[in-house]
Amino acid sequence: MSTAVNDKVRDTDVLPERIKHFPFPFSGDIYRYSANVEPCGKVVTTEAGAWGGRLLHVDEHYLAELKDRDEVLDRDPSRLQVLPHMRPAVWDAISTLLPALAEEYPDTMSFDREGNICRWRNSLQDLDVEFTFGDDDSLPMGPLRFLGSQIQDDLVFLDQRQDSLWLDAGVVTFAADWSVGFDVGMKFMEVHHPVPRVTEEKIASRAEQFLMRLQPGEKYRRTNWTLTIDRRLDTSTETYPNWAHDRVTIADDPALPDRLHLRVEIQHMIRLPHSGAVLFMIRSYLLPLRDIARVPVWRENMGRVLAELPNDMAEYKGIIHYRKAASDWLLAN
Amino acid sequence: MTATALQTKVHPALEGSLLLEVTSVRAQTNSITSISFGHPLGEQLPSYVPGSHLVVQYGTGANSYSLTGAGSAPTEYTISVLRVEDGAGGSLAMHALSVGDRVQVSRPRSAFAPAATAKHHLLIAAGIGITPVLSHARYAAEWGASASLIYVHRPGTGAHVEDARELLGSDLTECTDRNSFREVLTTKLTTQKLGTHLYVCGPTDFMDSVLEQARDLGWPKGLLHSEAFSAAALDDGQPFAVNLVRSGVKLDVPAGVSLLETLESAGLNIPNMCRKGICGECAAPVLRGAPQHRDLYLTDQEKADNTTIMCCVSRSLDKELELDL
Repeated sequence: MSTAVNDKVRDTDVLPERIKHFPFPFSGDIYRYSANVEPCGKVVTTEAGAWGGRLLHVDEHYLAELKDRDEVLDRDPSRLQVLPHMRPAVWDAISTLLPALAEEYPDTMSFDREGNICRWRNSLQDLDVEFTFGDDDSLPMGPLRFLGSQIQDDLVFLDQRQDSLWLDAGVVTFAADWSVGFDVGMKFMEVHHPVPRVTEEKIASRAEQFLMRLQPGEKYRRTNWTLTIDRRLDTSTETYPNWAHDRVTIADDPALPDRLHLRVEIQHMIRLPHSGAVLFMIRSYLLPLRDIARVPVWRENMGRVLAELPNDMAEYKGIIHYRKAASDWLLAN
Repeated sequence: MTATALQTKVHPALEGSLLLEVTSVRAQTNSITSISFGHPLGEQLPSYVPGSHLVVQYGTGANSYSLTGAGSAPTEYTISVLRVEDGAGGSLAMHALSVGDRVQVSRPRSAFAPAATAKHHLLIAAGIGITPVLSHARYAAEWGASASLIYVHRPGTGAHVEDARELLGSDLTECTDRNSFREVLTTKLTTQKLGTHLYVCGPTDFMDSVLEQARDLGWPKGLLHSEAFSAAALDDGQPFAVNLVRSGVKLDVPAGVSLLETLESAGLNIPNMCRKGICGECAAPVLRGAPQHRDLYLTDQEKADNTTIMCCVSRSLDKELELDL
């Protein structure tokens, strides 16, 4: 992929890939929640490059992030949840996402299926496995953990019944301050209850209506963002003691521009074709403020968004203690 | 390849559709024929949710037919069609198909899905209503789910009877007259274990009476499912006109074409994102006329005000809308 670098970019040298493909989420100086959904696959050009051309994206962090996920799951198996009725949905995701990944990266991956016998090859992991569709025992680590070991996205499965969506399965190791073990079995509206404004503004109920009308094969996406200290993907509720305290001290840390990251989630929403479950995929990208500042428009946009963000939203995102320090640094640069 | 094409122009309901080839035609009974469609190059077709239907184009029309397979990685889509001599012509066109004909079909659409949490699936079909229910029975067999079927058909005229017997064995109850069905139904409705879901497909009065009896016997609404083709998608709507006051342009919006598409075709640049009536981007100010609101974005009050229209999905109740564009 060739990406034209905008003249407005200050650096004369070409920006690194991590900046060029970063899904910068702000288009102005103000951010509010919205049901910002759009069809999947549309390329969005940014001041630094472009993102969004594909459903699944393998980047330079592929092996490191999958190793990270594997270790999280070894330490805490509760990050993987499958209520028994979601077994067909998990297999449906396997037979949907692995072929999609092979199609995106034909040089390194391939998926073949003959009846129920499937063969998956992934040369990035030096992997060549055969398994039987629908047979949990044919994948020694279990079907969902296996799927989670091939893609960087976290996965959440929603079952549709009684005019609601229910979060009934998922493998979520990179949650931005929530817990799949806590949320499993809840309704979509219950899961979103703590988010300020979202209930009053009916955003969650509209999003649920939208998801319930998705037809098999339809793919949509949206972005969400927060801030994360250090390149830490696992900021689940379970590991709160490991990362929460940094939020109080970071404001005075001279290393703030290198430690503080803008965390952007590209969330894909697809209706699985055979089980009819809604699959919610969350891919998290982290970029330190130092990198953000290399793109002048990003630096200004983000600095102003952080300064303007209402307190309730800043509180919920967990950034209230240091958003001013971050904003000041960005705008002073 | 010389193949007879059934149609010339793609029906609006079949946007994003597939051009498939008839791979087999089999008579089920004197009046019911099974037709299978496959990809012309033999490629795998999209999987589908059990109970899904296909919209199949014929001439200038398009009809919905239930798929009879389980839906996992299929190489063929199979429908069974009852010949209706005095219908709109769809069933006669289907019965006239032969192997090698090319037909435009929609992607499968789901509107009669099995409940994943059901402890047992009680399937009830009359006549040609067997088709989506057979799909459910096959899916249950594949995943080891518990299912039973009551199938009402006149002797010698039932389609897929052998399929049903083979799939369900002693879990199949066949009824060949209304009285025996009434008895069987009452027994079944009063002896199911907790968490059983009921699925019914057949003539409308048949479905209504089954659902009514189930409700009378205390079945909660959430456990009752009946086939309803119209629930899945927004319909094409009626044609209307828009008068764009600032542009000084009047445009016709045909049935099956959205207002947003019409405005875009006319060269207007309308901000939009989801094109499904949820994100709120494509709001347009209405000066006169009552929109037919079909979006999920505007509040009830805003809809009642009739001052804004979401042009991706909404249409008009009046013959003409005046927009401030």
